[in-house]
Amino acid sequence: MAMKYIEEYRDADLARDLTKRIHRVSKKKLRLMEVCGTHTMSIFRHGIRSVLPDTITLLSGPGCPVCVTAQKDIDAFVEFAKLKDVIVTTFGDLIKVPGSTSSLGKEKAEGADVRIVYSIFDAVHIARENQDKEVVFCGVGFETTIPTIAAGVLMGIEGNLKNFSVYSANKLTPPALAALMETKGVEIDGFILPGHVSVITGTHAYCGTFEKYDIPSVVSGFEPIDILKAILILIEQNEEGRPALVNAYERAVSDEGNVKAKAIMNQVFELCHATWRGIGEIPFSGMGLKKEYQAFDAALKFNMNLPDVLEPKGCECGKILMGLKTPEQCGLYKKKCTPMTPIGPCMVSSEGSCAAFYKYS
Amino acid sequence: MCLAVPSRIIEINDHVAKVDVDGVVREASLMLLEDVKLGDYVIVHAGFAISKVDEEAALQTLEDMRTILAADALNINSPNRHP
Ligand code: SF4
Repeated sequence: MAMKYIEEYRDADLARDLTKRIHRVSKKKLRLMEVCGTHTMSIFRHGIRSVLPDTITLLSGPGCPVCVTAQKDIDAFVEFAKLKDVIVTTFGDLIKVPGSTSSLGKEKAEGADVRIVYSIFDAVHIARENQDKEVVFCGVGFETTIPTIAAGVLMGIEGNLKNFSVYSANKLTPPALAALMETKGVEIDGFILPGHVSVITGTHAYCGTFEKYDIPSVVSGFEPIDILKAILILIEQNEEGRPALVNAYERAVSDEGNVKAKAIMNQVFELCHATWRGIGEIPFSGMGLKKEYQAFDAALKFNMNLPDVLEPKGCECGKILMGLKTPEQCGLYKKKCTPMTPIGPCMVSSEGSCAAFYKYS
Repeated sequence: MCLAVPSRIIEINDHVAKVDVDGVVREASLMLLEDVKLGDYVIVHAGFAISKVDEEAALQTLEDMRTILAADALNINSPNRHP
């Protein structure tokens, strides 16, 4: 069976026509940033870079949740794993990320109980089945994932699970875009906005950033046609000098987003400051558990508040996430740092810019 | 992290749906989404349906794009329009 909503958006004729038009209208040199790691992967997988004119440079932004997780948070996850009678539950990509001294994967190999889950559901289930142990979930996600974590907390309450808690290293997209625009040296002519973050937030969530910086911004889906279309719109806006905030993923994204998911997220979480890897602290760019839900806050429960630590020497993840450097400009890339021996999270996560460059070049 | 493949709802029990992605059946929570029914296509993220796929918008997007690109081929389009 052909996959609905997929095949049509991979149509070769349509892709060719879009590419032709891109070549025809593109005159100025432009730097466009795909904010989301899933876009980065899709762009590489479908060879989109190779069909674009030389005028267009694509940059990978701070939208891979693993890549932007601060070293101190990775260290906290490792510390949880070292505790007796604690089961650490995490999404798969995190386990290989090196902290200051160890990684979740290394702890697991040495006997710690670290379990990869596909959904917070699984973590709640593990807590229910292991009432004699503490179960900690490593919350690393953007707006797409935060409501699912909130739902997990509510399930924990419903199931009266006293042994379940969440460490929230969750982050929000619009404050990161604003922080990028404020950073010296950052040159971005347009944003390809993350489709599934926008499913939750709605297009309106970007109004503030758009209005303040007047930067061409297009919400995009993940298929080649979606991405080419978004790139074309950004080029046209730049050529015509008419920036706009456009939703080009109308089949899944609305102006106000998923109201129910947002309500559940805001019931459990509230804005807090957050440290982004390589970028530093961005005010009100995180989501921490509200007072009423503090019983589920792993950081409080285990008094886990580690200091900021320096990131590995030579790793340029931070600059790459801000579009200031490309992976090839990191001295460790392909030499000391490979997917087998990753030094920074951008090489670990399958959505990381360094891993994508490595795999496809 | 994000699976972009729309999945079709083939069964609903309480707040949990069975969804089909190209023959593979998985479970997805409906806790985060209003108004879903059998046959709807949804986007599933980390075990939760987070969005419905709007069939009309999907078709319209492709249709609009084709029209404009066809006009493009004939060079009769206005350069100001987006596909
Ligand atoms: S190649 Fe490795 S060390 Fe260099 S920026 Fe990427 S992850 Fe960091």
